[in-house]
Amino acid sequence: MNFAIVSAIEQGLLFAIMVLGVYLTFRILDFPDLTVDGSFALGGAIAATLIIDGMNPFLATLIAMAGGAIAGTFTGLLTTKGKINGLLAGILVMISLYSINLRIMGKKSNLPLLREETLYSKTQALSIPDITFGGITWLTGEAIIFLVMVLLIKFLIDWFLHTDLGLDIRATGDNSRMIRSFGANTDTTTIIGLALSNALVAVSGAFIAQYQGFADVGMGIGMIVVGLASVIIGEVLFGAKSIMRVTLAVVLGSVVYRLVIAFALQAGLEATDMKLITAFLVILALVLPNIMKRALKMGKTVKGG
Amino acid sequence: MLTISNVNKTFNEGTVNEKIALRNINLHLAPGDFVTVIGSNGAGKSTLMNAISGGYIPDTGTIKIAEQMVTKWNEHNRASLIGRVFQDPMAGTAPNMTIEENLAIAYSRGKKRRLGLGVTSKKRALFQERLRMLDQGLENRLKTKVGFLSGGQRQALSLLMATFTNPKILLLDEHTAALDPKRAALIVDLTLKVVNENKLTTLMVTHNMEQALNMGNRLLMLHDGSIILDIPQEKKSQMTTNDLLRAFEEARGGEKLTEDRYILA
Repeated sequence: MNFAIVSAIEQGLLFAIMVLGVYLTFRILDFPDLTVDGSFALGGAIAATLIIDGMNPFLATLIAMAGGAIAGTFTGLLTTKGKINGLLAGILVMISLYSINLRIMGKKSNLPLLREETLYSKTQALSIPDITFGGITWLTGEAIIFLVMVLLIKFLIDWFLHTDLGLDIRATGDNSRMIRSFGANTDTTTIIGLALSNALVAVSGAFIAQYQGFADVGMGIGMIVVGLASVIIGEVLFGAKSIMRVTLAVVLGSVVYRLVIAFALQAGLEATDMKLITAFLVILALVLPNIMKRALKMGKTVKGG
Repeated sequence: MLTISNVNKTFNEGTVNEKIALRNINLHLAPGDFVTVIGSNGAGKSTLMNAISGGYIPDTGTIKIAEQMVTKWNEHNRASLIGRVFQDPMAGTAPNMTIEENLAIAYSRGKKRRLGLGVTSKKRALFQERLRMLDQGLENRLKTKVGFLSGGQRQALSLLMATFTNPKILLLDEHTAALDPKRAALIVDLTLKVVNENKLTTLMVTHNMEQALNMGNRLLMLHDGSIILDIPQEKKSQMTTNDLLRAFEEARGGEKLTEDRYILA
């Protein structure tokens, strides 16, 4: 049981980078970007292939990130310059990436990394002590490194969203007509936002491949729903008052999501049921606040007479 | 400051829905001119505004702003020269961003947006100083999201943002039409104050005849895509709304101005 929780936290932190990417498109740009399913696997595929070829895993992860940025740029170009509906543009790039990822992986659907030196094996080699309290391990040494890294990315995103360019990107999602009238090219801001988002998603895919010890061509399937679930759970549980608050909330949302999945597995559900659980979680997180609001209102009217 | 020459614009050309929105428009505004524009629905007022702002590219003709030929410029390129306030108070501001973040966007009009912080303490002091002019207490609410403001407050902020960097042309697109009379009067006062202080060259579309006569130094009436009346200050200052209606009938050869939305009083 304890092991399940500890590894859920580790996974939650690594997936949190993907969730931050989904937050950028879904909330900041107001753009439901389905590229995510493809760019997550793209990150895993690029990192695994390069690591097997003997490249330094750090460099391989950086190249995976660039790959994600290119994928996002394509989606951005299709929707802005090509005037293709955003959902469809994402689907088109996602489906193209499925073939591209197989090409990258040398037409193998699975690349094992078990005997390779990865960022995960390097992290383990640091042998940072676990945080244990009351005889229970709460955070492994690896998780501490992951946490520091995720927080670093979170603070970078916070800073970026408060720069002049970041304000333009936020305004593009908030009121695109207004920001055009102040001289921003909303095509450019949309493309930058999508590139940045998918770069984060691909990095997350690269980390997960190294963490689980293999890249799989299907590892990105349903990733957008996982991302949305984590964003929404995070916002509902931890609040969305300011940018800095939300970025922290969605990171925590990612961890909570993994914990819920771990408990569901513990309770006897199969790994194959997880997509259903995920969809159920999203529905719950979206519907529950509305029901609670209504209940609260009704309570007030009754009291008010 | 603004020169429009032989501009034509037709929508859905060659189909049953063909609509000629602008017919051979010629217009020149000197620096500091404040021109009010009236006309019934479909007269071409909005198309004229959009042709100037770059929302539509005209079929023929040229548009020059501050000695620059902008006919083929995109909307976001022209934005360095043009400030615009829309009819909808929600249209001119970003609701999920704070007052200071919105002003930071207005501040960087016409500049390259890079990775400097949008709101700095130096800019914040400037924002507070300018907000004080609105007299809405907004200078103490810099970190409030704009979505929490009332329609009147949002429109006042939109006006401040549109004029923050003294654009070459200010376009006011029925910017008081969606407000109640009290707030509309407030925005009219603010408009006069801002335009006069900064000597902004302004084009204001309105449905309020009283506003059209009392504000600005020149009045244009559009009908069916053409400018049918161009009344200079000397004549305008002596006219009543009834005179204006009569002038319209004369210009149209007896056709009455039928427009429910016109506010005559």
